[in-house]
Amino acid sequence: MSKILFLAHTEADGSLHKAAREALTGAKALAEGLGGEFAVGIIGADVQAAADSIGGCNGAFFGVSGEEFAAPRYASDLAAAEAIAKAAGADIIVAPASYRFSRALPGLAVRLQGRVDTHLSGIEVRDGKPVASRWYYRQRMEGSFTREERPWIVTLDPGCFAPFEGEASVEVQAVDAALPAMRTKVVGIQAPSEDEQTIRPDASVLFVAGAGWTKKQGDGATHVDVAEQVILGFLGRTKASLGSSKSLVDLSGEGQDVISFLTHMHQVGQTGATPRHPKGLATCCHGEEPHVVGWRFINERRAINTDASCGWAQGKCDVLYVADAFEVMQAVNELLNG
Amino acid sequence: MSNEFHIVVCGSIVPDPLQKLEPVQGPGGYALKNEMMLPAVLDPWAGHALYEAANLAKSHPGSKVWLVCLGPKAKLQQVMMNVAQKVPFEIVVADGNASGFTDAFETASVLSRSIEAIPGLDRDRLLLFGGWQSASRGSGAVMQMVGEMLGVTEQFQGVDKLTVGDDGSLEIMERIEGGCYQTSVVDGAPAVLGWATGELPEPPNNPQVGMQNMQKIMPALAQAKPGDVSGSSLSFEAVQVPAQRRETRIVKDTPVDEIAREIVDWLSA
Repeated sequence: MSKILFLAHTEADGSLHKAAREALTGAKALAEGLGGEFAVGIIGADVQAAADSIGGCNGAFFGVSGEEFAAPRYASDLAAAEAIAKAAGADIIVAPASYRFSRALPGLAVRLQGRVDTHLSGIEVRDGKPVASRWYYRQRMEGSFTREERPWIVTLDPGCFAPFEGEASVEVQAVDAALPAMRTKVVGIQAPSEDEQTIRPDASVLFVAGAGWTKKQGDGATHVDVAEQVILGFLGRTKASLGSSKSLVDLSGEGQDVISFLTHMHQVGQTGATPRHPKGLATCCHGEEPHVVGWRFINERRAINTDASCGWAQGKCDVLYVADAFEVMQAVNELLNG
Repeated sequence: MSNEFHIVVCGSIVPDPLQKLEPVQGPGGYALKNEMMLPAVLDPWAGHALYEAANLAKSHPGSKVWLVCLGPKAKLQQVMMNVAQKVPFEIVVADGNASGFTDAFETASVLSRSIEAIPGLDRDRLLLFGGWQSASRGSGAVMQMVGEMLGVTEQFQGVDKLTVGDDGSLEIMERIEGGCYQTSVVDGAPAVLGWATGELPEPPNNPQVGMQNMQKIMPALAQAKPGDVSGSSLSFEAVQVPAQRRETRIVKDTPVDEIAREIVDWLSA
């Protein structure tokens, strides 16, 4: 009989992230489909509140807790995950693809002499076997696969399952994790204030600024200062998340004027992020394939571009407005101002 | 502590991002249609790692950079004609499958064995660099496993900045959720750094560097050992390109205010 372990870590406030509760839904469905035993393992400074928040999932609970497990760090996270996996005797380990676990859990495959598959978009049971699915070549194609090696460690990307709901008080079995000599110290988090932060994973709209915002306009001059005001004005009113095309962030390396608040972390596409948002509005983007792969998980797509033959027009977005984005977005902001 | 580093960069080739990619099933499993004919480039994140490595080595005299590649050597030779002109490095080649459909664990095993065999590599000075993802499999798992196989337990992923202290300590900024950074300090090498974009632009071509590199790259390619990644039970049921064609409505010759109103209505729907 399979033993399925759902593995999670707490957030700084001791809670479980939504992505963890989504992965729990996937893990629980997998255990039910396989008719296997189900267990939960949680890592953090104090795991009780997190365990109680999902206590209704009806599994055995294991926890590694203590201040040394509060901060995300490869060596301590891996030691904790290894201890829980061994205590639970799991042959399939399901975890959220958080940054913390994406850093640590691949190493668990080596420690346990198992295998790991990351960033899954789904996992289900077919003909009595677990079958996983994920994207390849930067979201260009999706594959479904299975494997025989155990333990099999899988991480699930956010947005693929509904978050688990079901609180109940549970007893957590404390597990000791043997820590190696720790040479790494986490010294801080750099987070912009809520008003300054323009990367908003939970936003309903993704606004993508392309290189056209920094190019010469009709009067023969660039207007990066105006572009910044227009973009920030829109983001401030809608609380949309901001993305950019690679070409825009790379302009800094080419000595061109750049939009000051754009960083590499805003980049979507071939070498950037593939965020999940219900709607996306692309402005001054080319709409070519390397960029469009960043839109794979955007449901409704619209674009503003002065070129009617731009790549966006080739069946990649729902509506293409052939117009000047400066003018349109200024008018949009005026309407949003009421 | 000495600030001379032995920097090993893991990276391989991927199809040029402008190419249309199509999966096909062959006798050896899934692959890309006409894969050997597709123009290839160095994986973008591996490229960032390589440029960061070269910059670090330049600012810390006595340091050395190796690029360890698992891939078909004929394709690697083509790609290196360009990459070799960017920064100085030595190459170590495992001649094998660089497909995204291979098992990350098998890839890590080949890379770790290749690194262990590098003559003169000082593991106490080792900084193991690579991309935090690839543009092929994109698992973001290989570097951690290579590090673990080599016994390196100070690991960082999504790195955009590395600052070396006078005492050899490493201050590292890693990407975390919501556009934030986590800053950590490790007391020195060895460490694994999976690079995100980093902070350096792509270096311009330098033919002199290219000639010096190619003098070592060609023999290394000739001496490449086979890199077998077939030892996995990984079994694909299907791989397909999603139907992505949308019925695009093109709106042109329309007043700006009318477009703006439509967009606002759509946003608020």
